[in-house]
Amino acid sequence: MSSQDIPEENLPQEQGAAHGAAGHGSTAVAQRADDNPFADPGLPAHKPRIQDIDERAAKRSERAVALMFTLSMLATVGFIACFVIFPVDKLVYIWPFGRVSALNFSLGLTLGAALFFIGAGAVHWARTLMSDQEIAAERHPIEAAPEVKAQVMADWAAGNEESGFGRRKLVRNTMFGAMALVPLAGVVLLRDLGPLPEKKLRTTLWAKGKQLINMNTMEPLRPEDITVGSLVFAMPEGLGYDDHEFQKEIAKAALMIVRIRPDDIKDKRELEWSHEGIVAFSKICTHVGCPISLYEQQTHHVLCPCHQSTFDLADGARVIFGPAGHALPQLRIGVNTEGNLEALGDFAEPVGPSFWERG
Amino acid sequence: MSTKNETKGADNQRQAPAGERVADWADGRLGIYSLAKANMRKIFPDHWSFMLGEICLYSFIIIILTGVYLTLFFHPSMNEVVYHGSYVPMQGVRVSEAYASTMEISFDVRGGLLIRQMHHWAALIFVAAMMVHMMRVFFTGAYRKPREINWLFGFLLLVLGMFTGFTGYSLPDDLLSGTGVRFTQGAILSVPVVGTYISMFLFGGEFPGHDFVARFYSIHILLLPGIMLGLLVAHLILVFYHKHTQYAGPGRTEKNVVGMPLLPVYMAKAGGFFFLVFGVISVVAAVATLNPIWSIGPYRTDQVSTGAQPDWYMGFAEGLIRVMPGWEINAWGHTLALGVMVPLLIFPLVLGAIALYPFIESWVTGDKREHHILDRPRNTPTRTGFGVAWLTAYFIMLIGGGNDIVATHFSMSINTITWFVRIFFFVGPVLAFIATKRICLGLQRRDRDKVLHGRESGIIKRLPHGEFIEVHEPLSQGQLHTLTSHEQYVPLEAGPTVDENGVERKVNPVHKVKVKLSKGFYGEGNQIPKPTVEEYKEISSGHGHH
Repeated sequence: MSSQDIPEENLPQEQGAAHGAAGHGSTAVAQRADDNPFADPGLPAHKPRIQDIDERAAKRSERAVALMFTLSMLATVGFIACFVIFPVDKLVYIWPFGRVSALNFSLGLTLGAALFFIGAGAVHWARTLMSDQEIAAERHPIEAAPEVKAQVMADWAAGNEESGFGRRKLVRNTMFGAMALVPLAGVVLLRDLGPLPEKKLRTTLWAKGKQLINMNTMEPLRPEDITVGSLVFAMPEGLGYDDHEFQKEIAKAALMIVRIRPDDIKDKRELEWSHEGIVAFSKICTHVGCPISLYEQQTHHVLCPCHQSTFDLADGARVIFGPAGHALPQLRIGVNTEGNLEALGDFAEPVGPSFWERG
Repeated sequence: MSTKNETKGADNQRQAPAGERVADWADGRLGIYSLAKANMRKIFPDHWSFMLGEICLYSFIIIILTGVYLTLFFHPSMNEVVYHGSYVPMQGVRVSEAYASTMEISFDVRGGLLIRQMHHWAALIFVAAMMVHMMRVFFTGAYRKPREINWLFGFLLLVLGMFTGFTGYSLPDDLLSGTGVRFTQGAILSVPVVGTYISMFLFGGEFPGHDFVARFYSIHILLLPGIMLGLLVAHLILVFYHKHTQYAGPGRTEKNVVGMPLLPVYMAKAGGFFFLVFGVISVVAAVATLNPIWSIGPYRTDQVSTGAQPDWYMGFAEGLIRVMPGWEINAWGHTLALGVMVPLLIFPLVLGAIALYPFIESWVTGDKREHHILDRPRNTPTRTGFGVAWLTAYFIMLIGGGNDIVATHFSMSINTITWFVRIFFFVGPVLAFIATKRICLGLQRRDRDKVLHGRESGIIKRLPHGEFIEVHEPLSQGQLHTLTSHEQYVPLEAGPTVDENGVERKVNPVHKVKVKLSKGFYGEGNQIPKPTVEEYKEISSGHGHH
């Protein structure tokens, strides 16, 4: 569109005259501008867009906006169609996303288009067809004028005087007392959110004579089941997956069992508490309680995948790296008359993360 | 008066259009005309960075809309059931009702997966947009008087947004979220004296108990969003009441606001932008699957997967807990788990630092005036430096939070990464502060040159005697004004150490700190004096350019 096509009467007027407030500002400042080159020249004159001066361009914008709104309508129809057509379990291959749910994919795209084109249409409308002339509005100070403040202070004093709030101290102070106490009722009501900690965190299901049950086979573990280099998870005899408190109990009782050649065990107590090099440690990390599950066969290091605390199972499960604060508790084990592995008691110390009363 | 009433009566007889009659009805009860008079043509300045806050608002609305839909199908219960839904690999597995209903939303409810994904994506975008919006407000000094309270409202929204997100992604009771809840419980246990009590009360007994999904649910859908909605409305009312800030430029002053009226331009742009955000989130949710609980599996307290990561906004806390050395003090029968407690303390301290900074700055400047013209970040090197230092610490901790991911993706030693994070959490911000400040000062010098010598035009001119010079074009008055309109504070002086009689003068130590800080903010070498009119005139008179 060259400028020759634009009808004369649509051309913008000369700068200054067209812009009321801004124009005034600029002339006022312009006088001072001679001595201060940095002075504010006032709002620049409005530059018309092609749509402001060429009705055909404006018509094109109008059509573009309407097209976008129409596309949105079509997309909504498409959304409903997809909802009806695609079964919920139909998978399709779409590059580069792979196999995806046809329903989910099509609903997302059609809904996205239906929404996006409303937005795009509205924004295009605002940018090309609505006035883009900048307007200056005045700001007023946020704080009140002195008269207003004086009035408020007087009102406040009157209220204080009439109520006797400042004068009758007994009333005021007992009211504060009552207001301070009454929330206690709410605090007390929270008491039954849970039991007191007592010794709950100190004990687990393990006890003398409880057999170590292989969590995969649900059979009692026998020493010959455990070979050097293998990692076995065990839970105490009597605990079942269906138990109401299974999650809570296994959160404390989860056990990992490895076999280390007795010569390789550096810690004296660990060797004592083992059975022919079979050692049982709590699976629950002493940092913040993640189950430890990465075992390095050669070094007998175990790593917690959550925060990378690393323990040396050949040396009393002491911490060799990471944020854990102390070694993993060891469970003392032996073999019962049937030749199965059994616990010789509970853990000697609380399992899992440290807490204030742990000691 | 009477004639006015008569004409009004006559108007009524002519029967106003229906829309007007409805508006009249409402005005008689709600006073909407006065409200509209003040706000309908309210002026909003235009700048792309003002759109960031809108993203926050819109993603919040999207979260509420999609969230309400999800509550229609979700069962916030930890009762154990055997899964029999349409996802075959999981059939026969013991799961909680929360997990089973999330599976149902994902596989059996048509469109359920899309809405779930949109909800989660919108939450991630919400928190991200709040951070970026805050950066805009911070680096341009938009938090200055009268907007300090609104800054705090925004900060609270960020913190509450993080916790609403956390309680939300914990609800499906899948293996990943359960691990996150366990981490939280472990962190709570480290609190001295009351840690075990808080844990017991929060979980209704020992971890995990049977209550936390239901409790997190009511916190997630009612308590926190309720508070957030209130804060958000207050935030917006204050934006309206204060009127929006604007960047310096010709015609823009502290006493005016220049822009487009709410009706129609801003309404169309902002309203349209809501649909743009909504549409984009919808498409993203369809093509990029988040939190696939079907492949993660249900939570078991004795199981875990590798590469467990929280949602990104909790990565900072995750980093702190991962890189902190495992210090533990055992004395008098008690344990102080510093390795967990210290991160738990640093987390609010680091967040709080950014909340408090505006108050420290206003204390140092002693400036009690209102500020509506935004600063360019380069013109406040100390503030910009502090902001970048904060972000550096934040992102280094994000690396710490993903140290296992970094290690596996870049084949690096996790120990090295952890040590890097430990050191650079402290060193990085200092380096970033120094570098940022220098860059800001350099940019200030460049502005100064531009004002005094004009813009480099790229045209090389050869003088008669053979010398080559580059032609500098003088700036327009508007540009000159924009580059010189900012204000430069003068640093405080400590005052003489002795009084007029030669007796030692006691200086308040707090005041000493203030003077020190003031020098650090605005003293020599911490800002480049902006060109004065005299300098400009001397250079531009007589010998033209260069």
